[in-house]
Amino acid sequence: MAKTTMIKAITQALDQELKRDDKVLIFGEDVGKNGGVFRATEGLQATHGEDRVFDTPLAESGIGGLTLGLATQGFRPVPEIQFFGFLFEVMDSVAAQISRTHYRMGGTVKMPVTIRSPFGGGVHTPELHSDSLEGLVAQTPGIRVVIPSGPYDAKGLLISSIRSDDPVVFLEHMKLYRSIKEEVPEEEYTLPLDKAAVKREGKDVSIITYGYMVQESLKAAEELAKEGIDVEVLDLRTVSPLDEAAIVETVKKTGKAVIVQEAQRQAGVAAAVASVIVEKAALYLDTPVGRVSAPDTPYPFSEAEDDWLPNKQDIIAQVRETVNF
Amino acid sequence: MSKGIDLNKYFDTPKHDVVQVLDEKGKVVNKDLMPDLSDDQLVELFKEMLWSRILNDRSTKLNRQGRLGFFAPTAGEEASQIGSHFAMEKEDFLLPAYRDVPQLVQHGLPLAKAFQWSRGHIDGNKYPETLKALPPQIIIGAQYVQTAGVALGLKKNGAKNVAFTYTGDGGTSQGDFYEGMNFAGAFKAPAVFYSQNNGYAISVPRHVQTAAPTLAQKAVAVGIPGVQVDGMDALAVYAVSKAARDFAVAGNGPVFIETLTYRFGPHTLSGDDPKRYRTAEEEEEWHAKDPLTRMRLFLTDKGLWSEEQESAWEEEVNAQIDAAMQEVESAPKQKVSEYLKDTFIDTPAVIQEQIDKFVAKEEN
Repeated sequence: MAKTTMIKAITQALDQELKRDDKVLIFGEDVGKNGGVFRATEGLQATHGEDRVFDTPLAESGIGGLTLGLATQGFRPVPEIQFFGFLFEVMDSVAAQISRTHYRMGGTVKMPVTIRSPFGGGVHTPELHSDSLEGLVAQTPGIRVVIPSGPYDAKGLLISSIRSDDPVVFLEHMKLYRSIKEEVPEEEYTLPLDKAAVKREGKDVSIITYGYMVQESLKAAEELAKEGIDVEVLDLRTVSPLDEAAIVETVKKTGKAVIVQEAQRQAGVAAAVASVIVEKAALYLDTPVGRVSAPDTPYPFSEAEDDWLPNKQDIIAQVRETVNF
Repeated sequence: MSKGIDLNKYFDTPKHDVVQVLDEKGKVVNKDLMPDLSDDQLVELFKEMLWSRILNDRSTKLNRQGRLGFFAPTAGEEASQIGSHFAMEKEDFLLPAYRDVPQLVQHGLPLAKAFQWSRGHIDGNKYPETLKALPPQIIIGAQYVQTAGVALGLKKNGAKNVAFTYTGDGGTSQGDFYEGMNFAGAFKAPAVFYSQNNGYAISVPRHVQTAAPTLAQKAVAVGIPGVQVDGMDALAVYAVSKAARDFAVAGNGPVFIETLTYRFGPHTLSGDDPKRYRTAEEEEEWHAKDPLTRMRLFLTDKGLWSEEQESAWEEEVNAQIDAAMQEVESAPKQKVSEYLKDTFIDTPAVIQEQIDKFVAKEEN
């Protein structure tokens, strides 16, 4: 087993799925010969051919329609939206078409689609590249939103997403692509969708989080351990639909919850997690639920990212406040 | 002294030769374009058009009685809708817009299901496997981008089939209209795109949509053939559609067809009143072009159609409609638990919890 980056783990998952199932198709802007703007599809066209991995015209809505149409003809499309900030161009295909086709046709047609898209801050992108828009799709019935927090999860969750007969939006945090390495098995493996994972066991307070904030939360937990606060970190992995049982379980165990997201306070899924706690675990709480999120402004100009994005220090401060309430 | 750049010479001047086979009196005005249809086929085409008109008239009444729900009238568009569908093969894939229910039923959707769709019942969209189609699309333009995908899928599967889709004149202003045709063009995918230009998008006249003198010329922007056809002439629409299908099946890519037509009724029966934006003279002028009249005259002249045949067919169609309505009105009510089960194939725990709740409620 080798230590590898998330981007390599993703490429490996795509390569193995292309090999396993000849109905898998990968397409998008610059994903073919170029291998993707982040090299996520590097070498895939050379290995599997232009019929399986191909470029499209520059039009996200067209890509969305292409995806739906190909799925009706028995394919398993894995389209890419170059940056998730471009979601708005394809929102109808995602939230009004692909997500509801199985439902609107009374179960007679399936939509085995995995829409891959990078997002996330900390790498000084230009406008509308880094926005966390998972909350918009999370509010759409009929589609899963999966966000891995590192290389191992990325491979297993992506393989599961591609194999799922339901549509999935698979969001890849740009800062995670190459910043950390983990042991990732060479062979195929799957991780269950709709299941959160405890990334650090603790007994004093639960941090419930996802995406890059899992890494910041784990760092915060190490520092908090030094001052005697034992933090449990729950990684949601699928942010819609939520693993409510796992959320309830960790809150029952610690009696305290801090929800951490990179999205603005009015966005993301933290409010949905908080309401699950209120509905199903309120009586186990001994302090109010704490939240860490970005300010309610549009995504910052890149030089202001460090001041705007939530980080380890914000998490530590909120956990202290919650624990000492 | 510099003369400067004369922008007038950069105006693209489109061809305005509207394809026509039959004139308003049912006379063949263009023998060269006369499609190769047998007498039986010509009669069948007219019977389908007549079926569509009867269905329109009955649906209007059923809607007013509250026995049908959403309904977008089709009278006046029989040549455009039925004439084009007549060129489709059973294994071709149809992506209709909300007004294109007649094509869908002709393609194999049981009439009772079409009525259930109108009433808002999930069973109306449960399609048999043999029916190659999606339900009527409400988001104007979405069917165009999806058609590019269906057509590429047909091509990748090596099927000798074509994807057919329809929008109106207003729909040609949507981004998805352009993107869909552009994708299909870039992938040389077998698709036939229609714009049924009936002059109005609800109350907005065609000239407010675009300064382009024809809609057909929009094909130029994506590098595919664009044809303008007399949409009140079923033989012309069929001839162009058949040529487009052959062109696409042969691997030449998509075709865009503008049918010049008119709806005799309102936009939908949900409160639209065309008297607010159309004149009586205009309506009269178009009624003189009724696609049924000229086909009837053409067939009668050839000795292929009679009043007796027409009455017998009307009776038969009305009986079909009555039977379908009876089936619909005795169908079981929808259950929320079924809705929940259809939302995902692999049901998540949060949905299962809601299913259990509704099943318990529905059992009481």
